[in-house]
Amino acid sequence: MSARDEILANIRRSLRVGGNETIRRQIATERLERAPKGLVPSRGQLPAEERLALFKLQAEAALATVTEVDSSADVPQSIATFLRDHNLPATLRMGSDLRLTAMPWNDTSLEIAHGPSQGSDLNAVSHAFGGVAETGTLVLVSGPENPSTLNFLPDNHIIIVSAKDVAGDYETVWNKVRFAFGKSGMPRTVNWITGPSRSGDIEQTMLLGAHGPRRLHIVVVRD
Amino acid sequence: MGMTVHATSPQFKQNAARALADTQLQKALGNVKQGFIDKRQRAADKLPEFEALRDAARDIKNHTLQHLDLYLEAYEEKVKASGGHVHFARNAEEARSIILSICREADAKTVTKGKSMISEEIGINAHLEANGITPVETDLGEYIIQLRHEMPSHIIAPAVHLNAIQVEQDFRRVHTNLDPKRDLSEPVQLLTEARAVLRERFLAADVGITGANFLVAETGTSVIVTNEGNGDLTQILPKTHIVLASIEKLVPTLEDVSQILRVLARSATGQEMSVYTTFSTGPRRSADADGPQNYHVVLIDNGRSAMLGTDFEEMLRCIRCGACMNHCPVYHAVGGHAYGWVYPGPMGAVLTPSLIGVDKAGHLPNASTFCGRCESVCPVRIPLPKLMRHWREREFERHLMPATFRSGLSFWGFFAKRPALYRLATRVAMASLGLAGRRRGRFTWLPLARGWTKYRDFPTPQGDTFQARWRRERKGRTV
Repeated sequence: MSARDEILANIRRSLRVGGNETIRRQIATERLERAPKGLVPSRGQLPAEERLALFKLQAEAALATVTEVDSSADVPQSIATFLRDHNLPATLRMGSDLRLTAMPWNDTSLEIAHGPSQGSDLNAVSHAFGGVAETGTLVLVSGPENPSTLNFLPDNHIIIVSAKDVAGDYETVWNKVRFAFGKSGMPRTVNWITGPSRSGDIEQTMLLGAHGPRRLHIVVVRD
Repeated sequence: MGMTVHATSPQFKQNAARALADTQLQKALGNVKQGFIDKRQRAADKLPEFEALRDAARDIKNHTLQHLDLYLEAYEEKVKASGGHVHFARNAEEARSIILSICREADAKTVTKGKSMISEEIGINAHLEANGITPVETDLGEYIIQLRHEMPSHIIAPAVHLNAIQVEQDFRRVHTNLDPKRDLSEPVQLLTEARAVLRERFLAADVGITGANFLVAETGTSVIVTNEGNGDLTQILPKTHIVLASIEKLVPTLEDVSQILRVLARSATGQEMSVYTTFSTGPRRSADADGPQNYHVVLIDNGRSAMLGTDFEEMLRCIRCGACMNHCPVYHAVGGHAYGWVYPGPMGAVLTPSLIGVDKAGHLPNASTFCGRCESVCPVRIPLPKLMRHWREREFERHLMPATFRSGLSFWGFFAKRPALYRLATRVAMASLGLAGRRRGRFTWLPLARGWTKYRDFPTPQGDTFQARWRRERKGRTV
């Protein structure tokens, strides 16, 4: 008997089932198909303005910085200012996401690079798929235009999120993922990011910038 | 050299005595007592639905375990459909040989590793080393203990038994290519040095091995939760990503995993959400800009399927948050290494006998005051004291305790089953002890109680029994 079959047989013996009971199969299949929503905390169900305020509050509590701009045309200037204010070099790496490449980067003196990171970039920018207000979490999906390495290798990570994409709870974002990619079409990687990288492994003292970005800066676009 | 799964659990008493006398360890353990408890409480207090979410998490895990065979089949199908490979391993040995053959296929020289308790359980590092492949732990705490050839002493804070000065000494000993005069007096300097050293390792690795906090049947997805980002660099940079997971890590849907994530970080570190929660499904898609080209999942049983349907099934709900050990007075006193195997604290005291046998790990469920704090904070409400008591019963039934223990318990049991005799015997005993110790107020030595009086004096009884006093005071109380 293969290891697979033996493990399944052992589980069934322990559970005292045969594995082909119709009702049991139906229960599992239905749960997978319907994916019933569980308990969503009330703070995850706020109206739009309060939701956005909570998102910012929670992201800052997780030690990210947050800035707001009126439209996507304002993003490059806002990022250039952020980098200058923190004495960071005027360089920026990004994927080929149209929402990013369509922005007026030429209005700034930023030196732009495209494609995945090889590990030596100081600054990178990504566009979020969505945000979650209840914990100030950003949701990013991988794809041809959105390399995952940009989320982890650079020292300073900037994430752009549209205000309208900030949901109250995780469940709303999962439904959007299913709508965008199909029920069984998960992107290779979905990253939830809540603040910059950190470690408490030395004497339980929290230090930022363990392996991932030392800084996480969020630009919320309200258009 | 390297990590082995050799258990020192049978020597728990000696381990504990050594731990109590270890001043560096005792200093470091102060960080556990201070750090975790308040943070968890604050996070729980901030979320009014926290207790209800613990119920939901418990129910999801129970439901999954009752349908585990079906969800495993569904999960396997989804992983294959997304281009990944699923391997089943009955035990540690099978898991090790599967992992080794994947690494050989990838022509691997170095393997980076995200933090994974199952990888400790199966002893994969020693096996890779023995076969000429270098495993590199990348979680900061795991990296530190790998340099010291130690086991993790805590399931989420593996180096919690160490102080910064010890880490500095290890870095100076191992990172010999760096300036010996460099300043490493601040923890942040240690972190920065490890970051630079490991960045090179990440970029050079041929295979990345991670664990999984969850596997999602609905989508064939593996989920890792980290604060450092090391797990992500481990799994997106090398050509091959291997996920190691025991079979009980399964949950049905993305909704279910979201429910449990709401209690995981809050219970573990007191964060509302960990920094990086990553959902991985299959290898990189053809047009993707980065990500691994090969994606393997090794599903490991190693004793789990035999726990289903027994008294210990509830232990399979565990999501490895560490709250039980963070709140355990025994763990606070002796640390994790004294438990002598992979899993310490209350969850280890229940799980270890299941996995390596109560004959070897019988001391662990006895190392508890039954104060109940572990159960009161467990996010999936595992009745840990009850399960430890079950192990004590098994141990007694199987005659594994020393003869003096057994005869002592039988002696007590004889009286406990005869209430009138018990009352008489205790009355006589307390009266005579009260009389004998009247002058000094305490005993420095008592027959049959040397185990107690060796460490502290026995206070002289008041000459009366608790039961007698209870009856008297109840009678005297006017309603």
